[in-house]
Parts: sequence; C-alpha cells; structure tokens
Amino acid sequence: MTKSETVWHKSWNLPGIRAATEKACEELLDAARRLGYDEEELFGVHLALEEAFMNAIQHGNRGDSSKHVWVESLITPEKIDISITDEGTGFDPDGLPDPRLGDNLYKCSGRGVLLIRAYMDLVEYNDRGNCVHMVKFRDKEGRIRKALYSE
Amino acid sequence: MDQVNPNLEIEYCGDVVVATLTDERILEDEQIQALEGSFMPLIEQTDNIQLIIDFSNVKFLTSSVLGLLIRISKKIYEKNGKLRLCAINPKIMEVFRITRLDKIFEIFSDKDDALVGLKR
Repeated sequence: MTKSETVWHKSWNLPGIRAATEKACEELLDAARRLGYDEEELFGVHLALEEAFMNAIQHGNRGDSSKHVWVESLITPEKIDISITDEGTGFDPDGLPDPRLGDNLYKCSGRGVLLIRAYMDLVEYNDRGNCVHMVKFRDKEGRIRKALYSE
Repeated sequence: MDQVNPNLEIEYCGDVVVATLTDERILEDEQIQALEGSFMPLIEQTDNIQLIIDFSNVKFLTSSVLGLLIRISKKIYEKNGKLRLCAINPKIMEVFRITRLDKIFEIFSDKDDALVGLKR
C-alpha cells in the first residue's frame, strides 16, 4: 500500500436502481480491500451496505428509478464511514418494531435496520430519516469488532 | 441431481427433497424471485414435503433471503411438511443468530445430519 492510498474518499449521485448501487458497493469494498481490510472484516460492512441501499431504493424512493441515491464515503485503515441519502420522506428508525420479538419473528421483512445496527459501530439518521450515517471502526489490533447481538 | 433453475439443484434422497443453493452470493431481487418461483411449485406439488435446503455454497446473503425462507416455511407448514436448513457457514449463521431466526428454523451442520430422523 502506498502512502497516497491510506485514505480513500468518494461521493456518488446515483440513479435509484440496484445496478447503480451494486456498482458503488463493489467499488467501495474494493477500496477497503486495498486499504488492508480482509473478507472476514468486510462481511458485515457489505451486508450493512446492501441493506441500506435496499432500504433507500425500495422504501425511501419507493422503487421510483427517476429518484436518486447519494453516497458519501471515507475509508481509512481505522474506519469505514458511509452516508446514504434517498429522496424519500424519511422514517422514524426508533419507531420500527423489533423483528426479534413475538410475531415479528415470523414477518418476511423488517430486518435490514437491525442488521445495519448489529454490524456497524455507529448508526445514526438525520431528523427527516432519509439519510443513514454508519461507521465501522477498527480496534487497536486493527481488527473490526465482532457483530453485536450475535452471542 | 436436477437443476430446476440456475440457482438451485434438487436431489431426492428417498422421500426427502434436498435443494442445494448454487449461488455464492444471494442478494438480487431476480435471484430471490427465481428461487421463490422454483420452491413454491415444488412445495405445492409434493404432499407432506420433507425439504432440506443446503447452504454449503452460500457465502453471502441479505435479509431478502431470510424473508424468502420464512415464506417457504409458512407454505411448508400449510402443507404439513417439514423444513430443515443445513451447512450454513459461520458468518451467515451469525446473521441467523442476530435476527434470532436460529430459534425458528431447524438448522443442521450438514446434509447427512439433516437427513437423520426424516422418513425416507
């Protein structure tokens, strides 16, 4: 790794379609690999990205491909920091039912935000609820911490 | 072994249907729809189906696959069948634990283990 590759930053203004977000996701993960993250570490980040993009396209933009998804990313050897914004009216992330409880366990959807929160260390939404900011930190040994809730 | 669609291989072990997911990564809507389009008629057509879904090839999936598994399990229980999952890799098993779906699915270490106790 050269010195110039110790920080990676990129912004996207994407059409709200899976092919576009998939390409951005791959580019972001490739950058993280170049900065020394391995597949074991990136599993959870990849999952959080997929879930956040899916939420932006399906729930935020309601499948309207004329709407956009904005992505801001910063990757360093210490952290992966990503914001994803859609054109939707937003939602209240604290008002979501817990998919692990009662009959919710048998629902076919509603697990994306739980998985994002489990795999990322910092997850916050803007007031409107149409932008998720998520960060994965590495610990002192340079390893991404284990997912929450998994024990 | 029958390949009912590019994402799925079907093997019959006596009366037990073993469906092996062939994709390493399952995340696209098209993949989910294709799998659903293969599983649902199979369940409809087989009375009291005993179905094992083998995850040994799968290294990555999203919550959409979990939703599909719940739809499959509901359909199977409507038809008085049985569903077992097997050979789920540790990273994906973690996803089942986080969502607590490990509590509602019968999960086995491999296909042979999953076959034990089923009527063949």
